[in-house]
Amino acid sequence: MTHDNIKFTCRDVRVHYGDFEALHGIDIDIPDRGVTAFIGPSGCGKSTFLRTFNRMNDTIDGCRVSGKIHMDGQDIYDKNLDPVLLRAQVGMVFQKPNPFPKSIYDNVAYGPRIHGLTSSKAELDALVEKSLRRAGLWDEVKDRLKLSGTGLSGGQQQRLVIARAIAVSPEVILMDEPASALDPIATAKLEALIEELKERYCIIIVTHSMAQAARVSDKTAFFYMGDLIEYDVTEKIFTNPGNSRTQDYITGRTG
Amino acid sequence: MSQVSIYMMLLIAVLTVSGYVYNRSSALTKFKQARAAAGGKLVMSAWHSQASYHGYFTAWIVALSTFAVFIIGLFIGGSGTGFNALWLGAIIITALAVIIFTGRQVSGKFRARTYVERFIKGLLIGLSVIAVLTTLGIIASLLFESLRFFKEVPFMDFLFGLQWSPQTAMRADQVGQSGSFGAIPVFAGTFLIMLVAMTIAGPIGLMIAIYLTEYASSGVRKWVKPAIEILAGVPTVVYGFFALLTFAPFVRGFAESLGFSVPTQSALAAGVVMGVMIIPFVSSLSSDVINAVPQTLRDGSAALGATKSETMKQVVFTAALPGIIGAFMLAISRAIGETMIVYMAAGKAANLTGNPFEAVTTVTVQIVALLTGDSDFDSPKTLVAFALGLVLFVITLLLNVVALTVVRRYRAKY
Amino acid sequence: MTETTLTSEAALKRLKKRRGKEWRFRLWGRASIAFALAALAWLLFSIVGTGYTAFQQHFMRMDFQLTESVLAPDGTRDPEILRGANYRKIVQTTLYEQFPEVTGRKDKQELFALVSASGATNYLRQLVYKNPDLIGKTVTVTVPASDQIDQLLKGYIKRDTPESRRKVSNQQIVWADILKERGVIKKKFNRILFMNPDSRDPELAGIAGAAVGSLMILVVAFVLAFPIGVGSAIYLDEFAPKNKFTDFIEININNLAAVPSIVFGLLGLAVFLNFMGMPRSLPIVGGMVLALRVFPTITIATRSAMQGVSPSIVDGALSLGASHTQAVFQQKLPLAAPGILTGSIIGMAQALGETAPLLMIGMVAFVTEVPNSITEPATALPVQIFLWSDSAERAWAERTSAAIIVLLVVLITMNGFAIWLRNRLETRR
Repeated sequence: MTHDNIKFTCRDVRVHYGDFEALHGIDIDIPDRGVTAFIGPSGCGKSTFLRTFNRMNDTIDGCRVSGKIHMDGQDIYDKNLDPVLLRAQVGMVFQKPNPFPKSIYDNVAYGPRIHGLTSSKAELDALVEKSLRRAGLWDEVKDRLKLSGTGLSGGQQQRLVIARAIAVSPEVILMDEPASALDPIATAKLEALIEELKERYCIIIVTHSMAQAARVSDKTAFFYMGDLIEYDVTEKIFTNPGNSRTQDYITGRTG
Repeated sequence: MSQVSIYMMLLIAVLTVSGYVYNRSSALTKFKQARAAAGGKLVMSAWHSQASYHGYFTAWIVALSTFAVFIIGLFIGGSGTGFNALWLGAIIITALAVIIFTGRQVSGKFRARTYVERFIKGLLIGLSVIAVLTTLGIIASLLFESLRFFKEVPFMDFLFGLQWSPQTAMRADQVGQSGSFGAIPVFAGTFLIMLVAMTIAGPIGLMIAIYLTEYASSGVRKWVKPAIEILAGVPTVVYGFFALLTFAPFVRGFAESLGFSVPTQSALAAGVVMGVMIIPFVSSLSSDVINAVPQTLRDGSAALGATKSETMKQVVFTAALPGIIGAFMLAISRAIGETMIVYMAAGKAANLTGNPFEAVTTVTVQIVALLTGDSDFDSPKTLVAFALGLVLFVITLLLNVVALTVVRRYRAKY
Repeated sequence: MTETTLTSEAALKRLKKRRGKEWRFRLWGRASIAFALAALAWLLFSIVGTGYTAFQQHFMRMDFQLTESVLAPDGTRDPEILRGANYRKIVQTTLYEQFPEVTGRKDKQELFALVSASGATNYLRQLVYKNPDLIGKTVTVTVPASDQIDQLLKGYIKRDTPESRRKVSNQQIVWADILKERGVIKKKFNRILFMNPDSRDPELAGIAGAAVGSLMILVVAFVLAFPIGVGSAIYLDEFAPKNKFTDFIEININNLAAVPSIVFGLLGLAVFLNFMGMPRSLPIVGGMVLALRVFPTITIATRSAMQGVSPSIVDGALSLGASHTQAVFQQKLPLAAPGILTGSIIGMAQALGETAPLLMIGMVAFVTEVPNSITEPATALPVQIFLWSDSAERAWAERTSAAIIVLLVVLITMNGFAIWLRNRLETRR
């Protein structure tokens, strides 16, 4: 099943919250490099599914994941795999920007420090700078690295969170409605950044905005009531969907 | 603790720290080698735990194992320098063995962090269990001593007897005499003082809570609230001294001016001062409860043309009633368990009366009176204090648990 | 018709009545606050009013002639002899020199009662013991006056009460006034109150022993209660599975916070003293008992501080590959630290004011030395207050109040700091 271009292979993935089944057996292959968007109405399970890729669902009481998810051929739900290492390889950006209430520098340096990625202060400085540059934030914050990350604007905070994720050198970046708390200008900057990042990373983005999905993604998956309804090249989904429910959703009849 | 023990403990601390330093540095060396072998880029999945966790792992095991040797040594005992040298050697050898052995474990695959975190979790569980042990310790010690008491004095005579004079039972011919340990007058005194205190603290505390949450401007609240909180921070012994020095003479003078003759120590003096002490307790608990009532209820009532006090009395108060009852129960539990004020101002002689101008005694006063001074732990005179303590604990436990449940349910409702 | 019913005479009358009720309700609220504040004011006023004078005390400055024939008649400087020498005689001689006309035995006794007998002799004894070369010389030193003279000159012993009903005789009043005029008796800052341990003589009694005892108890209590309180909070909030046992621990902690403090005293008495056989009156035992008393307060404060930290912070750390433990200890705890600190200060203030549990473990002993370690008998500040409050004399009441003032200042500082910290936190959020 593993293919050069495939990053994640998912087979019959089901998620239960207690007795409630939130996802009813999802089969999907996510390509490496490029942006995959998950769309669908609220409560369709797209965010829940996103959180299975870095096992953030493990932290929720009563949440169970079954089925197989392989990343580069490796089962990420393998009992011997430490989720901590998985999360170092699969970064995540949340709906609301959540920088730590520490300095900008310490925000970015936190990941490298806990993983021991650098062996000297100079190396760490260089890594922080590189990450901030990649997140397109360096020029805005280079003079105030010691100031608190919470003092930045919403858009800057979100890019800081991305820089923080990049600093751990992940292969995948998960984004859970990253622009929902941002104004249009900040959103545009963020989308430009995603455009740049997809050259290096496999990006999976959950979004409420169909326009955003259409703008930034290469492939799009449509979820409805815990089922994957349709998954195809973005252009095809938005111009010629194969399923009538997808059609209804993207034309605004449901949602 | 002997001098030797202190040095041994210091030695254990030093060995623990050196275990950390040694293994952390050996992990760092291997870490750098692995990094160099990978061409300067580290494959993270090949290296599970950071060097410092390897250090912590070793430190934990060194600390635990050497401490075990230390304890074994304490039990085996022995004296003289010969034994001490042996003991010292055993500790050092254990530590070195652990450091060398765990040092060999250091590798990319070894999950030092996982183990260290398991240790930490175990430690945290241990700390939480202390709460349970404390409760069990209280119950066990009270029950144990009380049962010894009930072997000599029948349970029913204690709980329902009308005669309380434990001191006289010190004389051999009176030990176990029925009537000496009848606790009803003590319970009645406790109840009377609690009633006086709650008569003061209940309405006043509640009105303060209502006024501060509903009427007062934020400026007034900012100053009045901390001022009232000071009342809660004053130690009870200070209230007791105030009752003794100022308030009780004042009550007596006042009563005498009305033509009554009143003893200096009275249920009224102790009760009123205790009431003042409990005011902030009632007011802050009630404030929380009143604040939890949703604003929509108030708005709904006001929209019907109700005045603020009508809204308060008929809507907010009704909605908050369970919570307020819970708050009052906690306050009652506090009043029953209060010791210093009553010990200093209420009196020590049992007196079965409902007249607040008379001196009465309470459960807590009797406990202190019976257990301070030269106590002989086999006489019913001291053991009865534990029986009183048991009654006090059971009653306050019931009040607390019921009150906490009521308050929690009430909070969950809104 | 509806228009008229709301504006009818009956309705207006009713409205007026309702307004009156509203006004009275408010008045009740204000009256309640006034009552509480008045009670606080009365309490503070009565204590400060009684106690402030204890911060000054009357001392006598005189020239003491350390006659060799009295102190060391055999001419040696043997420490044993110097310790047991008759310093009383020196003090008496010095005092009699002030009034050479006094000759009668009874008069001399009355005159000697002006000075604090044990205060003056002990002072001279220490002086000579440390420096035997002083023998044969004259030293000018300051020794405390007796408590009766102190109370007289402070105006608490009224001169117009009949002589038979006061403890100072007319003759003594005359002498005291003369000595004051001569500048021998002077009112000074009462160093003794802060530097001395407890004593049988009010003019020599101080709170130093009790204060050191309290400090030791607090240190022991903090060292034990802080890890227990914070540790169990972290476990319950972060790691505990949701099951019956966790609920049980939680109920236990909430209940322990409301158990009467004297019950903890009974626990300490039964377990630490009777079962484990620890000695009475030790600060270490007091600290252990109070640690059990206050750790639930710290647990509850820590939990509410941790619950105030946004879960997104922990999510952020986890998503970067921090383990749960790392996320909690590196991100959540530092953010909750001010709240934890506030709770701990309040808990420690609670411990500092506790009396009843300490009585149970025998900390009522009369301790006349400042304790040097946590395993030496000691007493605590509130217990000292309790012990002194038992003596009816004015000199003791004054000292009790002074000790209370000291205790209250410390407590209000601690609580004030905690409240300030909490407010600063609330405004920042």
